[in-house]
Amino acid sequence: MNTQFDVLIIGAGVVGSAAARELARYQLKIGVLEKTPDVCCGTSARNSGVLHAGFNNKPGTLMARFCVEGNAGFDKLAEELDIPYRRTGKLVVGFTEEDRVRLEAMKELGDRNGTPGLEIVDKAFIKEKAPHVDGEFALWSPSTAVLNPFQYTIGLAENAAKNGVQFFFNHEVTEIVDDGSLYTVTAGGEVFTSRWIVNCAGLGSARIAELLGIPGYTIYPCKGEYFLLDKRVGDMLPLPVYPVPNPKAGGLGIHLTPSVDGNVLVGPSSEYLDDPDDYAATQTTMDMLIEDGSRIFPHLKREYFIRNFAGIRPKLASKEEGGFHDFVIERRDDLAPRAVNLVGIESPGLTSAVPISREIVRLIREKEELIPNPDFDPIRRRTPSFWDKSPEEQAKLIEENPDYGEIVCRCETITKAEVLAAIRNPLGVHTVTGVKYRCRTMMGRCQGGYCQTRVTEMIMQETGCSREEVCYSRDGAYLFTGEVRKG
Amino acid sequence: MNTMQRQVVIIGGGPAGLAAAAALHDSGIRDILILEREPRLGGILNQCIHDGFGLTRFGETMSGPEYAQRFINLVLDKGIEYITNCTVINVTPERMITAASADGLLRISADAVILTMGCRERPRGALSTPGDRPAGVFTAGVAQSYINLKNTAVGKRVVILGSGDIGMIMARRLTLEGAKVEAVFELQPYPSGLPRNIEQCLNDYGIPLFLSHTVTRITGRERLESVTVSQVDEKLRPIPGTEKVWPCDTLILSVGLIPENELSLQAGVQLDPRTKGAVVDEQYQTSTPGVFAAGNVLHVHDLVDFVSLEAEKLAKAVCRYLSGETEDCGITVETDGSVGYTVPQKISGKQDVTLSFRPRRPMRNVVFSVLQGEHCIAKKTVRKALPAEMLHVQIPASAFVSGESVKVVCEDA
Repeated sequence: MNTQFDVLIIGAGVVGSAAARELARYQLKIGVLEKTPDVCCGTSARNSGVLHAGFNNKPGTLMARFCVEGNAGFDKLAEELDIPYRRTGKLVVGFTEEDRVRLEAMKELGDRNGTPGLEIVDKAFIKEKAPHVDGEFALWSPSTAVLNPFQYTIGLAENAAKNGVQFFFNHEVTEIVDDGSLYTVTAGGEVFTSRWIVNCAGLGSARIAELLGIPGYTIYPCKGEYFLLDKRVGDMLPLPVYPVPNPKAGGLGIHLTPSVDGNVLVGPSSEYLDDPDDYAATQTTMDMLIEDGSRIFPHLKREYFIRNFAGIRPKLASKEEGGFHDFVIERRDDLAPRAVNLVGIESPGLTSAVPISREIVRLIREKEELIPNPDFDPIRRRTPSFWDKSPEEQAKLIEENPDYGEIVCRCETITKAEVLAAIRNPLGVHTVTGVKYRCRTMMGRCQGGYCQTRVTEMIMQETGCSREEVCYSRDGAYLFTGEVRKG
Repeated sequence: MNTMQRQVVIIGGGPAGLAAAAALHDSGIRDILILEREPRLGGILNQCIHDGFGLTRFGETMSGPEYAQRFINLVLDKGIEYITNCTVINVTPERMITAASADGLLRISADAVILTMGCRERPRGALSTPGDRPAGVFTAGVAQSYINLKNTAVGKRVVILGSGDIGMIMARRLTLEGAKVEAVFELQPYPSGLPRNIEQCLNDYGIPLFLSHTVTRITGRERLESVTVSQVDEKLRPIPGTEKVWPCDTLILSVGLIPENELSLQAGVQLDPRTKGAVVDEQYQTSTPGVFAAGNVLHVHDLVDFVSLEAEKLAKAVCRYLSGETEDCGITVETDGSVGYTVPQKISGKQDVTLSFRPRRPMRNVVFSVLQGEHCIAKKTVRKALPAEMLHVQIPASAFVSGESVKVVCEDA
């Protein structure tokens, strides 16, 4: 294998995947090194799935600029990559005079940042937009959207792969050596060389910066826990509803967000950690989520809970300091002149991923001429889903491919055709969660009770792997210990 | 798109659907279609390879597949039409069914629709157990399917949360297949499964059962490494200081079954928040006219024999419905705090009727009485009442004194 690259990107989250696609517009040999078995395994997957509008960020920051740009450019991107999203708008609801003052300050920030259409609205407006939500008044942001973060990252990465980018999963970077013209990178026991390195390592970005010879950054991991609610409550929450955030907190407060697929997310909490890999849920936080969530949405019932999960924000602001530090996106000519170093890409990183990737290109272009790739194709298509089609379209899908007539996941009405396409994904990912993220099987109210056995059997049939090799989510997460009886 | 018309469509070819089909045929109904999503008839019984089915219905004990085969044979012998690998994806209140199969999308209009979709397991998410999210946490039914149908071993050192019947049956099954089952933990102060399963699945194999205990933490980043178990107080809250770590690679959850009513909701059927199944009258008719329900989709049963018996009663009622004989069921059945629910929830007072119900907690030497106003119209004395064991009380038509509601109450005997 030829392992010499023009650009090696470290990290296959949403930013690394966006960078891979953006760089693929030029004649460059690009590789992506990812420590987990799939794209979108860290912060990019574990969040509220909101396309922010840019009124939470300080004017003049990269966060503010890229958030507004990323929001404005998303329609075109979603069209090109077939990403499910909905421009729902968003309400930040307030109850007290103090809240009102804060909301007005947020509106002013947003207006300065160029967030379109912000308005302070009354209770009647809230009730019209979201009849089941409580609040005396609110800040209304019409351009906020909800999106599917898995499809977003996977779409970027698949399109990058289609345009020649190579992805290396289970390749954790352990060493970087610079000889002045080439970087030698050891990852997953293999050696790669590259002229450029782009650090998109998220929670690991300070560590990678250090390997690049850029010391001095500390990432403060800050956990956010969520509850996922049954689609049955989806109709009661047509758009994201946030409380007025506490400016000292590390996040935006416990909010309620409809997922693009019709579930409701409650969260996230905000808890600083010592360990950037501690996704454990805690009883106190779960109790707090219910209590806080119930304030603005009094319909939270335990029977609607189908799952809980946690994400971790890679923050540059410590617990003591609170709030947000701006994104670091830099080329340090004094320390690492052929590396683009990204540190502290937290919220609104999902919204900002494409503008961030353009900034990466700009920083490389300052040093060398990039020649456009005439074959670049920006289009990626998802396998058509079955559940959202009319009966006539469904009949046609089955006629064209009988696998569409076999329902594998009962809760989400996902067919064999979609599961097979997910297993045969262009990135060559074979984990159970990889299949789940791609086609939503196992994501419904029974959480795989009906389809898990079918999905794992299909993975074994398609990939030829043994029972012991079936991996749930990450290296070492084996599902089975072998056959029950030989034969 | 293929459009058909049938007199009766049965959704689900498990024990309830098969028994209903055979009984309908016996009553002279011929235009019946069973829709089954699996490749074969039999439903969940196909993975229940243990013994103990049929004692009530057939007077002999057999395995799940054997029990299912009795009814499958009846359906085959009678030439009742069925389609396997066919999943119903919609039912309208007007009884128009849409089903998907590799052969195409089917639309079937039916005079009567019988809902026999069974139930599903409560997942881990519904419990919100604190801790990591490793591989190695399975619901009991999923583990059973892997072991019995897919020849796939799920783990070697096992802890079971919940003393439901499937969990206990899996404790024995895993032990027989060479795994070490450390213990079964139950949140409630009493077991939620049948006494016979405690004897035959746990005690016979030396597997301890800890009541008033629950898992308070799951540990393991990749594969499960241990669970932390705590004692709970009378309000079911974990007692600090009682935590004990149990190393294991597998956690089996047997924490409840929920009737699978997604299609019922599409059909506009009113659900009972207590059973999570349909509200039905004594004809097993739901709030949507011409839509009937029986078996675990209606309320979770402890024995399949009762599922079959209920479906057979439903079949008789469907026959009456098809011949235009309907009773107005204006009498509602209420309960005091001792009983979780009754099925049916509405009765006519003009026919003999059997009420099925479960006590909410274990009780000894009690009488369950059915009161209509001041009058006791039926009663059942029970020496030992357990939530795990469904009770039945018969009310003869002649006993009703008015059209007023009735109430099931419990008193010391």
